[in-house]
Formats: sequence, C-alpha cells, structure tokens
Amino acid sequence: MFDTLKSRIFQGNQFIKDIVHAPMREQFRGLPVLKNSNCDSCAKCAEICPTGALSLNPLKIDMGKCTFCGDCKNVCTKNAINFSNFYKLASTSREGLIIDERTTKELYEKTAIEVKKEIVSMFSRSLKLRQVSAGGCNGCEMELNACSNVNFDMGRFGIDFVASPRHADGLVITGPVTKNMAYALEDCFLATPNPKIVILCGACAVSGGVFQESGELAREFFEKHPVDLYIPGCPVHPLTFINGVLGYIRGKAGNGK
Amino acid sequence: MNLNWIKIKNNSKISLLDIPILDISDLRIEIISLCRDSVTQDGIVLSGFRPVGFFGKDWGRGDTRLFVVLADDKNGVFYVSSALFKAGIREYDALTPEIPAFHMFEREFFEEFNIKPLNHPWLKPLRKNQDDYKFFEMDGEEIHQVAVGPIHAGVIEPGHFRFMCNGETVYHLEIMLGYQHRGVEKLMVQRPSNRLAESICGDSVVAYNLAYSRLMETIKGVSVSTKAQLIRLLALEMERAAIHIGDLGAIAGDIAYLMGASVFGATRTLVINTMLEFSGSRFGRGLITIGGVNFDIENEKIQRAKKTLEKVEKDVRRMVKTMLKNSSVVSRLEKTGTISTERAVEIGLTGLAARASGVNIDSRFDFFDKHFNALNVEKIHLKGTGDVNARFKIRYKEILQSFSIIRKIFDRLKDYEKEPVNCGYEVLSKENSKDVFAISVVEGWRGEVVHIAMTDAQGRLTRYKIKDPSFNNWYGLALAVRNNGVSDFPLCNKSFNLSYCGCDL
Repeated sequence: MFDTLKSRIFQGNQFIKDIVHAPMREQFRGLPVLKNSNCDSCAKCAEICPTGALSLNPLKIDMGKCTFCGDCKNVCTKNAINFSNFYKLASTSREGLIIDERTTKELYEKTAIEVKKEIVSMFSRSLKLRQVSAGGCNGCEMELNACSNVNFDMGRFGIDFVASPRHADGLVITGPVTKNMAYALEDCFLATPNPKIVILCGACAVSGGVFQESGELAREFFEKHPVDLYIPGCPVHPLTFINGVLGYIRGKAGNGK
Repeated sequence: MNLNWIKIKNNSKISLLDIPILDISDLRIEIISLCRDSVTQDGIVLSGFRPVGFFGKDWGRGDTRLFVVLADDKNGVFYVSSALFKAGIREYDALTPEIPAFHMFEREFFEEFNIKPLNHPWLKPLRKNQDDYKFFEMDGEEIHQVAVGPIHAGVIEPGHFRFMCNGETVYHLEIMLGYQHRGVEKLMVQRPSNRLAESICGDSVVAYNLAYSRLMETIKGVSVSTKAQLIRLLALEMERAAIHIGDLGAIAGDIAYLMGASVFGATRTLVINTMLEFSGSRFGRGLITIGGVNFDIENEKIQRAKKTLEKVEKDVRRMVKTMLKNSSVVSRLEKTGTISTERAVEIGLTGLAARASGVNIDSRFDFFDKHFNALNVEKIHLKGTGDVNARFKIRYKEILQSFSIIRKIFDRLKDYEKEPVNCGYEVLSKENSKDVFAISVVEGWRGEVVHIAMTDAQGRLTRYKIKDPSFNNWYGLALAVRNNGVSDFPLCNKSFNLSYCGCDL
C-alpha cells in the first residue's frame, strides 16, 4: 500500500487547470493562416492536398476536409500558407469551417460557434455523449479517450461518454461512415432520446476526409439528420474537442453562462 | 535452388515476369511442404515458413492470378510464387485443413474473387454480407448467448462478438468484423498518398506510413539519407512505447486497478506530446514522407526529449513494480486468456501476441535492416506463457527496449547533423519501375505490417495489398477466451488490443 501511495505522490496533480486557456506547443498545426497576396496560383498546394481541401483565387482552406498534414505549407515557396497553433477549431456551421485570408484567430473564436439559449439551459451542466465509430481509424477514438484521462479530465465539466445511447444526450460520430456501419449508426441515433445533439469529430466524419472517394461509404445519415457541431482535425486534439463542446454548451469562451 | 519459388528480401522489388506460375495443385503441395516445418520440438519453436501474403489479382479476360508470399524468418527472406486461375475455374482444394494459418487468407481470397476453397472448414464472410451469416449455436439448459456490438460500451471501433456461454464460462467466441471496411486497397491504387497510408490504421500511423514510404521508394528507386532513416526508426519506437504504455494503463483499468490506469495514462501523454514537438501531431502524422521525413529534430529538442523520456521510464518502472507486487493484480493476469506455443504456431499468430506465446518472431531483427542493425539491439527473450500476464510483461520489456533504442538514436543523430532530411517533393512525381512486385514489412507495435505493391507495363500501381497483424491475431483472441469467465473478456481483448480497421481495410 505504501508503494501505491508513493506512486501517487510522485505523480502529483496532472490535470490542466485552465482548459480554456491551456497553452499549446508551437509545433501543433491548428488554424491555418493564409496570405492571398503572396499566392501566385501555382496550384502545387492544391495538387498535393490529399483531400482537396484547398481552393485557389482566392486562397481558401476547408477545415472540414483538411488533415492538417502541413504538406501544402511545405510545398509552397511563396509563404502563402502557414499553420498557427490555435486549437479552438470547432464550428456550428459547415460553411464556418471554410476559411480565407480574412480569418484570424480572434475573429474565428468569436464567430465560429453560435450559442443557442436552449442548448445552454439544457446541457451546460451535464452532457452525456454516446460515441459511434463508423469507419474511424482509431485516431480520433484514442484522442476522445484521452479527453477523459487525468490530464484533460473532461468529466469535471459534466461531459462524459456513456455506454448506452439510452443514457445519452447526443452522439459523437467519428469516421467517414461505411456502408456496413450505416444501419448501426442510424439505430443508435434513433435509440437516443430527444432532445439530442449530433457532433461530428474529425475530417472523416465531417467530409469523408481521405476516404471521400471510396465506394464503400454511405453518408445518407447526414442528409436526414441535422448536425449541431463540427470539430475538425485529423485526429481531433482533446483540447479542440473539449473547448468546442464547452463553447457550444456554455457559451462564450466556454466559461460564461 | 527451387524453381518453384523466387526469393525476395524486405524492402526490395522483383520483376513480375520472374515470379513462377505453377499449377494450383502443385503450388498447394509446395506451400504445405514448406509450412509444415513449423512444428514444436520439446517446447522450442522451429521458425518455419508462415504466410504473409495470399491474395488474388485480376489478370484480364476473367482470369485471376493468385500470389503467395511466405516468410522464412530464420534466413530473413520471403518466398514468392503464384498460380493462374483461368476464367472458368472457380474452385481449388483448400489449404486451411492442412495449414490452419491460411484460414483468414483463404476467406479473403474467396470473398474478393469468388474462387472457392473446397473443404474450407469455416468459409464465413470477412468484410461483406455479414447480415446473411448464421452464427454457430449451442443447445443446453445452462447455455446462453451474449451478443456484443458492433457499437461497444467504450469509445472503440466497431465489431460484433457472439459468446456461447455455459453459465459464466465462455465455450466459444465468434467474432464478426467488416464494419470498418472503407475500400482502402482500391483507394491506394487510385490515389496513393502518405496521408491515406497514415489513416488506414490510426493507432499505427508511423508503421503504416513507413511501410508505404519504403515501398514507394523501392518502386521509384529513391534513396533516403541516414539521418532521415534514424528519425523514422525513432518515431517507430516512440509509437511503440506510447501505445504500450497506454495499453498497460488499459489493462490496469480493466482489472479495476485505477491507480495504474491514471499513472500510465498520464505518462503516455508525455511521450505523445514529445512526438507532437517532433512532428506537430501527437501520433506522428505528417512526419514521414516518400524520400525522408518532413521535420528535422534539432539538438535542443533532443535534450528536452531525453529528459522527458527519462522521467517516463522511471515512472513506468515504478508503477509496474508496484502493480505486480499486488497479489490481487497478479491473480487476475496469470493464467487468463492463455494461448499455448503450439496453438500460436498453428494458427499463425504474429507480433506481440506471438512473442508472448513463445514464438519469437520480430521482423525488426529477422529481416535485415542496415540502420536498425547498426544500433546493436538484442532481441528480447521471454518465457512465453501465453497468458495476459505474458502479454503485459512483454509490453513492459518492449517499452524499456524502445527507450534504449531511442537513446541510441539520439546519440547517433549528432553524427549526421549536416545531412538533409528529405529529397523534396519532386520525388513524388518520379516514375515508378515497370512490371514489378515489391514488398515492405515494418514491425509496428502490434506486429508486422505488410505492404505489397505491383505495377504494370506503364509503371502504374495495379494492386496494393495490406496485411495488418490483427488479420492473423483476431482468431487468437477468439481461442484465448475459451474456458475463461465472460467477465474476463475485456481483459483478454485489451491484452491483445487488435485493430478493427487494420483488418477490415
């Protein structure tokens, strides 16, 4: 028992105290910073992009498709594309994920998440989520598991993953939705009691990502059901996820009411 | 020697025209005679030949060509041969009754090309048509079924498990996969990229991307600087250490030893955050590219990483020691989910699970790689008891070994400071060799990741074949839980920690 206690003491406190302002390493590739005036439309970036997230004239990046691999930045000789380490990338609208030269972190943080009164009053203190991996590669799944570990400790905000859709207030979908999972996903959605929210997590879920051209996908789910929150990333960083969800259920900057 | 086979080394290519075409019945006899050697004598396993590739390719006019790749671990070479099925021929005698290690391969071949292996004992669907399948059933007063999935209680990938239980004891477990099928092999032919390779199996990002990059470098004839090779090996070992630490935590969590779960969880974070410093992604995405790596690791970062990893190693050592002193932990781990050495060889287990059962195969050591050999690392020898305890301990030993490899690489990187880390993006448009067959095997943390590619007379990719270690090992899990309590299933499952998407592709 003493050994166990010792191990505990050596560990100290691991949790990130202020998750809304948590520092991020500068190497992290977050919100892209574009400079249209530098771009000479050589299209090398669009050519190398594995998901077709880039469009030229004017230069735009669709973060719903972007894998944040940084290949476009490396291939650009004109310094038109850079990645900042800003990690609060979640948006309540699909169009909001498409960014251009004018997008700055301040602007993005202010406008990306549209807070709804009824969501805040219903879920701000407790949000139980059911996760469905529909073709996810285990990258987003591992990061979602990390959200509940001792570092990020999402449970302290009342956000948890639960074992049954019957206990859930919403779904978190990862993966491009394969044909073989379409039925189970639909069932899981129907089994979740109303009112419920749908969160898409990762480039695959939002747009199909690197798998968007595959013939083995069945994405009709998204034609039938509205999506409340889009969280880009490949995979989604735990801070992106937690801040995105907090911003949606608690309003501005995640800590207000 | 043998004209029926052509030998090929790891990370190399041969002309498609040099691959022998045998009659299927002759090929069958050849395979059986080569693979039969893998029997045990006095508990010692002779590393015989084992299948790493058995797949078809559309050969025009309705013909199908079957390629077979066997691994000779003792000598570090692969044996390749093939057979041609003319359009009308729709069946052959199955290999599985003779060599059970082929059972998944033959199911896959049947599903993709509709050529039936006669007398295959269990020709159930692998990735398609799961709805029509009728599971095995048992009858009896105390017998009941437990159905789990495809959506599981935790945040994991989908798959269906059907248990036949007698009271609380599992008689039989049937696993149904395929829910993750995304048509990856087709996509790899249509639009291959490093980023797609990374997303095939997101927990083995480095292993998959490395196998793909090495394969394309082989086909394009690109050489990679020593520095880039070392950084790649570094990333591979970081991935291994990080996932193994996470798995120790998951095993601790499944036996309700929460102290272990939280400590290992927190130490894993340190390792993957170091990876983030190196590559901008916690899992090393975007690091490896054809021709090298995208990021240099400066001396300052190395010093910081050294310090972090030292702390991690200390924490892991202390925690494992504390954990294994606890008798209630050991009683849960020991003799749970056992796979004997004989059984492991018979069904063709690979990677970590095989090593835990005493089959000491590790492609890092078995297949020569100049840069890995220069690090002078010794293979781990562990008495493989094949239970959860063994899989726990081998993870622990591999973590320590990975850290020692990482330290060695840090020291060696100094000697190559001036070297470039990649060859620029121009290599991507370099022409592929024509009419070749190439293979690349990388030992990921789970086991060997096999990538095989073929090109046509114009140099276009025509077939891309991937084999994850999970493809062999899922059946091992099904056998491991027999005669265990159904409540021990999560523990057994975590101790294997197999990939759904790596198997479903």
